[in-house]
Amino acid sequence: MAEITYLEAIREALFEEMERDGNVFCMGEDIGAYGGAFKVTDGLMAKYGENRVIDTPISEAGFVGAAAGASHMGMRPVVEMQFIDFISCAYDMLTNYIATARYRAFLPCPLVIRGPSGGYVRGGPFHSQNPEAAFLHTPGLKIVYPATASDAKGLLKAAIRDDDPVLFFEHKYLYRRIKEEMPAGDHVVPIGKARIAREGKDLSIITYAATVWKALEAAEQLEKEDGLSVEVLDLRTLLPMDDEAIIATVKKTNRVLIVHEDTRTGGVAGEIAARINEHAFEWLDAPILRVTAADVPLPFAPPLEDYVLPQVADIVSVARKLAAY
Amino acid sequence: MAASTSTRAPSRPSDALTLEKKVELYYWMRLTRSLEERLVNLYRQTKVVGGLFRSLGQEADAVGSAFALDRTKGDILSPLIRNLGSMLVQGAEPLEIIRQYMAKGDSPTRGRELNIHFGDTVRGFVGQISHLGDMVPVMAGVTLSFKLRGEQRVGMVYVGDGATSTGAFHEGINFAAVQHCPLVVIVENNGYAYSTPNTKQSAVKEFKDKALAYGIPGIRADGNDVLATYDVTRDAVDRARRGEGVTLIELMTYRRKGHAEHDNQSYVPDGEIERWEKQNDPIDRYVRVLLEELQVERKELDAIDARVIFEIDAATDLAEQSPAAEPTDALNGVYAEPASVEPLWYRAGVRSAVEKNERAAGWGTFNG
Repeated sequence: MAEITYLEAIREALFEEMERDGNVFCMGEDIGAYGGAFKVTDGLMAKYGENRVIDTPISEAGFVGAAAGASHMGMRPVVEMQFIDFISCAYDMLTNYIATARYRAFLPCPLVIRGPSGGYVRGGPFHSQNPEAAFLHTPGLKIVYPATASDAKGLLKAAIRDDDPVLFFEHKYLYRRIKEEMPAGDHVVPIGKARIAREGKDLSIITYAATVWKALEAAEQLEKEDGLSVEVLDLRTLLPMDDEAIIATVKKTNRVLIVHEDTRTGGVAGEIAARINEHAFEWLDAPILRVTAADVPLPFAPPLEDYVLPQVADIVSVARKLAAY
Repeated sequence: MAASTSTRAPSRPSDALTLEKKVELYYWMRLTRSLEERLVNLYRQTKVVGGLFRSLGQEADAVGSAFALDRTKGDILSPLIRNLGSMLVQGAEPLEIIRQYMAKGDSPTRGRELNIHFGDTVRGFVGQISHLGDMVPVMAGVTLSFKLRGEQRVGMVYVGDGATSTGAFHEGINFAAVQHCPLVVIVENNGYAYSTPNTKQSAVKEFKDKALAYGIPGIRADGNDVLATYDVTRDAVDRARRGEGVTLIELMTYRRKGHAEHDNQSYVPDGEIERWEKQNDPIDRYVRVLLEELQVERKELDAIDARVIFEIDAATDLAEQSPAAEPTDALNGVYAEPASVEPLWYRAGVRSAVEKNERAAGWGTFNG
């Protein structure tokens, strides 16, 4: 079977799920006739028609709310944010209405919000965001952020089949940069399970999305230059978080570096550190360290963006400090 | 605003209602008012937890509009805080309402949500949230599903004058309009959003004119005339069922009580409430129609009043016996899977966090 990109893997998941279940339909800006800003939904309307591939007005709150209503009635909407940065326009709908619906009104919301996220692409402050932490704090939502093409496909299929609302972050830097052969058959990756991207015994890097690749590159360098054996844990799902996998890697290496592309304060790393503190404090041989973006809006110019975002060299230098502690 | 019911078109949808159905409209309005009056008693006895929201003076717009839906066809509405009447018409029961207000463990939301914030898609009403305007996009989606599946069902969503200022209202009605969803949007114009009068809410003189911006019909009707409300809503419902899309209906009414029971209405001009009470009470007006135009006998209405009180008494007795909400049930049902959230470690094995659950007299809102 041929290798396909991360983006093509997402598209393949959409085709397969729409084929499998007539209740699945897509909504979003420019996703139909045009095929989406990134062409993720290219060909979808030609095959399934405009009832199942709906071009929406520029109304994130409107169509996210509509997705909720349709999902109450048994439909399975998959909503594209043209850029995930625009999800903030639907923040009220997601956090107040959708996340609470099952709990307060016993109304299921089996829907997926998906969209291109993340930086390293010179997109500036409004086309590069990683808003996952803004939703990590909301019980009722699930958050998925895959790092590989096969995970992108398998997790999107799981998200569409999930009976609760799933925010599915796609890293646009990875869209066309990584390729992989898809596992045969109906490839579904369970939500809530992390993946060991690289085995190691000296220290653990816990991360997700594009920085998984930065961490793997750093691990390679650390092994060659320092003889360090670095484990890389790819969380894949942020909510619910795979505590078991996190604690297992802590107990294995006793040194933890958490890496994410999102800004530092109130970021996912803080939550992970708190969980390790609560569940595995006595297993630590060193303080938990973080490599993250600086606490600034993401600037556009290449020298600025590269300065703000985590780089391989940052991970290498912090990992050395951690190993030497 | 016209309080008269004499300027009727020669043929109206309500002409097709049997006398029995017309009397039923009275029953729903009376039930709404009497049930709220019972809730006030319970509130004063400190048995109601949280705020109490009245629809006094707005019973006709709630009941008349909901009555225009067809429950046998699976029509669904989403009420607002002053649409107790609409919910009762769709099948909500007084017992459920009282249990909700008393925060009982066997209330429809098992103590998760307050007052009339609950729903049942089988009976045909979707529970609202407090964020005004949000139910418009949600009902756009409910009715979109009807359209996608080729079902002949209609949805209706209520907003107040104030909610027409929200982004959610605009985005939801625009989306529904462009998708030709079978949706009726009711704007209940009751003069105030909490304390804010319409003159500070919007520069348009008539909220129905907002329909122009969405390319849909906008109609204004006398919301204190239950038959006029039924007529205009029924036309819109039929239109939606024929696949002709969204209608915006502005129902003129008046909120005779404050936003909630704590609100002393100090912002209302002198005499305004009394004038509406004397000249334009929807139940008084409809009683006159029943007695004078439809030749219903007074004793028939008296019998309905007695039946309503009997039903509310029975519901109150049952609700009073209902158990309190079970503390650990708070951890259930956030997700389908896992079905429960693990208790925090210091709550493990603890059934109740405190010895006595204080019933706060209010939310700290001004009670003067």
